[in-house]
Amino acid sequence: MEDEVSKHFLNNNRRQFIKKLGLGIGGLAAASMLDPFSSIVEAEGSPLAGMNLPHFAPKAKRVIYLFQSGGPSQLELFDYKPLLDKMRGQDLPDSVRQGQRLTGMTSGQDSFPLVGSQFKFNQYGESRAWVSDLMPYTAKIVDELCFVKSMHTEAINHDPAITFFQTGSQQAGRPSIGSWMSYGLGSLNDNLPTFTVLLSRGTGRPLAQPLYSRLWGNGFLSSLHQGVQFRSGKDPVLYLKDPEGMTRSERRKMLDHISELNEKQEREFGDPDINSRIAQYEMAYRMQTSVPDTMNIEDEPDHILQMYGSNAAIPGTYAANCLLARRLVEKDVRFVQLYHMGWDQHENLPSQIEKQAKDIDQATAALIMDLKQRGLLEDTLVVWGGEFGRTNYSQGTLTDTNYGRDHHPKCFTMFMAGGGVKPGFTYGETDDFGYNIAKDPVHVHDLQATMMHLMGIDHTKFTYKHQGRRFRLTDVSGHVINDLIS
Amino acid sequence: MKKKEQNKPFKWVLYFAIPFVLVLCYKYISKTSKSDYVTVDSADLTNANSTKEVPKTIDYIFDVKPILSDRCYLCHGPDNGTREANLRLDTKEGAYAAIGENLDRFAVVPGDTLLSQMAHRINSTNPLKMMPPEDSNLSLNTYEKAVLTKWIAQGAIWKDHWAFVPPEKSKIPEVKNSNLVVNEIDNFIIQKLEEQGLSLSEKASKEKLIRRVYFDLTGLPPSLEDIDAFLADNSNTAYEKIVDRLLNSTQYGEHMTASWLDVSRYSDTHGYQDDLERVMWPWRDWVISAFNRNIPYDEFIKWQLAGDLLPDATLEQILATGFNRNHKITQEGGVIDEEYRVEYVLDRTNTVSKSLLGLTMECAQCHDHKYDPISQKEYFSFYSFFNKVKEKGRMDYGEIPEPNIKITEKEIDEVLSFINKPDSIPEIDLMVMRDDAPNRKTYVLKRGAYDAHGEEVEPATPKAVLPFDGFKKNRLGLANWFFDEKNTLTARVAVNRLWQQIFGVGIVASSSDFGNQGALPSHPELLDWLAITFREGGWDMKKMMRRMVMSSTYQQTSKATPELLEIDPYNKWLARSSRQKLTAEMIRDNALAVSGLLVEKVGGPSVKPYQPKGLWAETTSGQGLTEYIMDTGENLYRRSLYTFWKRTVPPPAMLTFDAATRDFCTIERQKTSTPLQALVMLNDPQLIEASTVLATHLLKDKNLTDKKRIQIIFRKITSRAPEEFEVDNLLNFLSDSEANYDDTKRIQLTEKQEDISEEKLYALSTLTSLIFNLDEAIVKG
Repeated sequence: MEDEVSKHFLNNNRRQFIKKLGLGIGGLAAASMLDPFSSIVEAEGSPLAGMNLPHFAPKAKRVIYLFQSGGPSQLELFDYKPLLDKMRGQDLPDSVRQGQRLTGMTSGQDSFPLVGSQFKFNQYGESRAWVSDLMPYTAKIVDELCFVKSMHTEAINHDPAITFFQTGSQQAGRPSIGSWMSYGLGSLNDNLPTFTVLLSRGTGRPLAQPLYSRLWGNGFLSSLHQGVQFRSGKDPVLYLKDPEGMTRSERRKMLDHISELNEKQEREFGDPDINSRIAQYEMAYRMQTSVPDTMNIEDEPDHILQMYGSNAAIPGTYAANCLLARRLVEKDVRFVQLYHMGWDQHENLPSQIEKQAKDIDQATAALIMDLKQRGLLEDTLVVWGGEFGRTNYSQGTLTDTNYGRDHHPKCFTMFMAGGGVKPGFTYGETDDFGYNIAKDPVHVHDLQATMMHLMGIDHTKFTYKHQGRRFRLTDVSGHVINDLIS
Repeated sequence: MKKKEQNKPFKWVLYFAIPFVLVLCYKYISKTSKSDYVTVDSADLTNANSTKEVPKTIDYIFDVKPILSDRCYLCHGPDNGTREANLRLDTKEGAYAAIGENLDRFAVVPGDTLLSQMAHRINSTNPLKMMPPEDSNLSLNTYEKAVLTKWIAQGAIWKDHWAFVPPEKSKIPEVKNSNLVVNEIDNFIIQKLEEQGLSLSEKASKEKLIRRVYFDLTGLPPSLEDIDAFLADNSNTAYEKIVDRLLNSTQYGEHMTASWLDVSRYSDTHGYQDDLERVMWPWRDWVISAFNRNIPYDEFIKWQLAGDLLPDATLEQILATGFNRNHKITQEGGVIDEEYRVEYVLDRTNTVSKSLLGLTMECAQCHDHKYDPISQKEYFSFYSFFNKVKEKGRMDYGEIPEPNIKITEKEIDEVLSFINKPDSIPEIDLMVMRDDAPNRKTYVLKRGAYDAHGEEVEPATPKAVLPFDGFKKNRLGLANWFFDEKNTLTARVAVNRLWQQIFGVGIVASSSDFGNQGALPSHPELLDWLAITFREGGWDMKKMMRRMVMSSTYQQTSKATPELLEIDPYNKWLARSSRQKLTAEMIRDNALAVSGLLVEKVGGPSVKPYQPKGLWAETTSGQGLTEYIMDTGENLYRRSLYTFWKRTVPPPAMLTFDAATRDFCTIERQKTSTPLQALVMLNDPQLIEASTVLATHLLKDKNLTDKKRIQIIFRKITSRAPEEFEVDNLLNFLSDSEANYDDTKRIQLTEKQEDISEEKLYALSTLTSLIFNLDEAIVKG
């Protein structure tokens, strides 16, 4: 442990050292050429200078965050509540609800009929974790997973709730968690962005909740730290593709001419920004190769494609994105943010969630096991979860085969794997109604604090001063949940 | 065990390396950090800072308060709720007061460090006594401790925060180099330079100057004819004539509007969740017209804040209040109506206080302000001005949220002729302000929560700025309060923002924070002089812009000598012009203008130019604006301030170049350099098309040589003639490109050119694209 710490401090100081040393005016470019996505440009104002990041030896170097947008129902997936089957159709007792505010979608309902999962649950693995029949692949790897059954949030609507998870604040304007990591820890590679984003649409409810590009925005941090969306199709990063027919050597030649002419300007005007710009063009050039290379899965053997499922070969699907996520962390991308849409089952929950689960189950499990077999899981943190949970009562009419569930902020399940969390472990409990937390609540800010901790960051010390105030991802709260850490 | 052994040498390295690195960091930072004017630099370099020299005479405002505010106010500041040990250091009374259980001790005893607890506590190494406490992450470094201690020793002289003290019009400073003075701005700037043994740099070349002033006043580049005429005009008034012409051009209003759209968080969509479309562009048309008519700043603001409440309010004045309806509005099913209604009132409160007062009042939403003298009660008193609107928290699909007005064709013809309504739209509905819930009470919202009503409050303003005495308790009274002669902030904040627009950085670098945590003015006397002159001159914005661009200070070269870079890397003292980058709007507009594609039509509904396919579709819920349907024809080539702004998926190329997201009021954009910007410049179809179109024009003229063509293209894009070396370099590239041509190349053409060879066109288009990618092409001059 101790030598780990000093190794990291040493590396870190080396990084700082190179930066500072290189930061004679002309040397700025030399430094940024090493790491154009890192904070070098900001080293000038040097808000990072006193931070000494990482604060301690990280357990994880990279993150893959599998965001399940819409609010997956914990009750159909992981949080087994037999009482709800027994009490099916009966009204949610006031003693359980305790005045919890409801969304406008169910606040007008006459009754709140309790409903259990349509899908059967079993216990799996040595850890005996409960998983429903919707997630057969996940069930097989529960001994790798660290479940948190007791997540809770403050928001009850999608827009503020997703924004809260991604930025620590319900209102837009703060940097997203990936931007914070990019800013604080810098890049681990020199030809891909530090923070990348992948989107997919669920088949359970293909047109459900939208997403917003500000979720991966840099807020008040430099736009160097914005999430870069990797898209399926010809132009995987916006404007990456050269005009049709232009060869690499032509582009290279053009950049050489640009550099030559820019260098002349630099000599005349002495503007250090010119050097930084030259470096950015070099990075752009490298990305033109590195991004398509990463996106091109032709070199993946069949058995790997099969592992992720048949959709893995269809660009833009969750499975394909999981495979890409592995390829990205393999190339040392710091933070990979996936979003899978469609988890908002207000009605027709059984049929919709079956499709949603099918979208993600096999690929999620494959991703974790694939990381493991490559030795990447130990220092890559995988996080799975949505912005809130769903109610234990039916939204709309409860029939024999059909029901819906409204948003529920008071308890829901997430899981993590790798990157220093306890495998085969379950933390927190909900009550028998699956409505309130019975033990060990974990707030959104606690999760964020814990993720940062695993990355070697003390969330209370990692701040950015903006308009006179020191901001941090976890605002003014958040506690590291040490019990989750291996 | 063995591992530990091996590790020993590493440790030793560390013991040496860390202090060494820190010293290096410090050396760099002390040279280049903004910290000497952004006084709140958070670099915490405890050991290193000991080498920084403590001033001979400590100034409370410049040396002491920034430390107290940043490190002490959190527990000993304006917030009553979290004050420790009953000690407050943000007021003179508080700092000098008796403290302790027996009231027998003092934090600050002027002139006596032995009796001053502050001196003991900050210098203590005892973890139980040390201030700030170790776990606060706010530790003082040696320099800061020395400053505070010395301040006490020198008598602990107290001054009020500069921004809350009325501006004073000081005498115009005498300078030695008076031949460089064009107007008063220069006196103030040169005086500070001379104090440091510096002087203004030489004048910028005429080519650089005309480019700079064109972009600063119109957002567009000069044409070759404009440049030639200026170069040929040797009269003393050559520059002045250009300035006056530009100030009177329609493009001036468009350019000024572009930054006002950031302040007013203008958007063509509602911003939350499904992000439905809204119609606010007629308000934007008004802003353009208002800038072009040079409506005085006080009127400009009063109409936007309270046009509807003016006596016999005109339709135009009512339309102007759309400013306060540009905030986001949700349609998300199931939201709690009141929660969002409150959110909109908060947004107005924050926008108005940030843009007009330069105060971060939003920090007092949940508790008393931690740094500035704004209590939570004062926050909600200010909020109450905007809380009389009869509006809903959640809007329905297809609804135009109330209050709104309908504008008819007849009204446009008669009184609103500045609205550029297409014939296809018979009439316009849009949102405005109206106090049609006059009886709604306002309460302090405890912890800022919408449903936690505390004490009831009446409309009022922060007392520290100017008490709200004798004003009508509505938005009109508030508007008048802003322009009361005794208001210490309005004029300063306004001229500072104009200064920022022209010089790149405000005289107060933190243009949205004039409070205790904000930057101190680099030229306080100049700021005050400009503020008072602005007010006394009738809040004439064009005149103020003219004064700034006419100054010698503005007209300097942006060449930075190594010495100047060393002494003043951030150009605080303006011994040269800052080499400013074009904004997102200017970059695209420049390409459109120089290629001849630009359609100079003013106003009207927003347009949808090129955007990568699928961006809207991939995140949509299927409601509202599900797919980006690109415009055709002239709408592809309008100025960028007219580009349709969808808040949840803003135009990507503009965002890449640091445009504001328009989620909330933004006073200052970021200035970054990123690889993604390089990709936009290289491959954005708009830039590729502009390159091809410009190349085509030049190839049509068969009399031109390649060399001549290169010279013209270079000049059009950068506003200056290339040097021989540059022409040679580009000629080389051109012939290589021509030789490389084969039929795999695809040239994006608007029309097929029969008489131009494809390889020629390919080569010259690629060369044009190269020039667009030069650093100089995205710099003002």
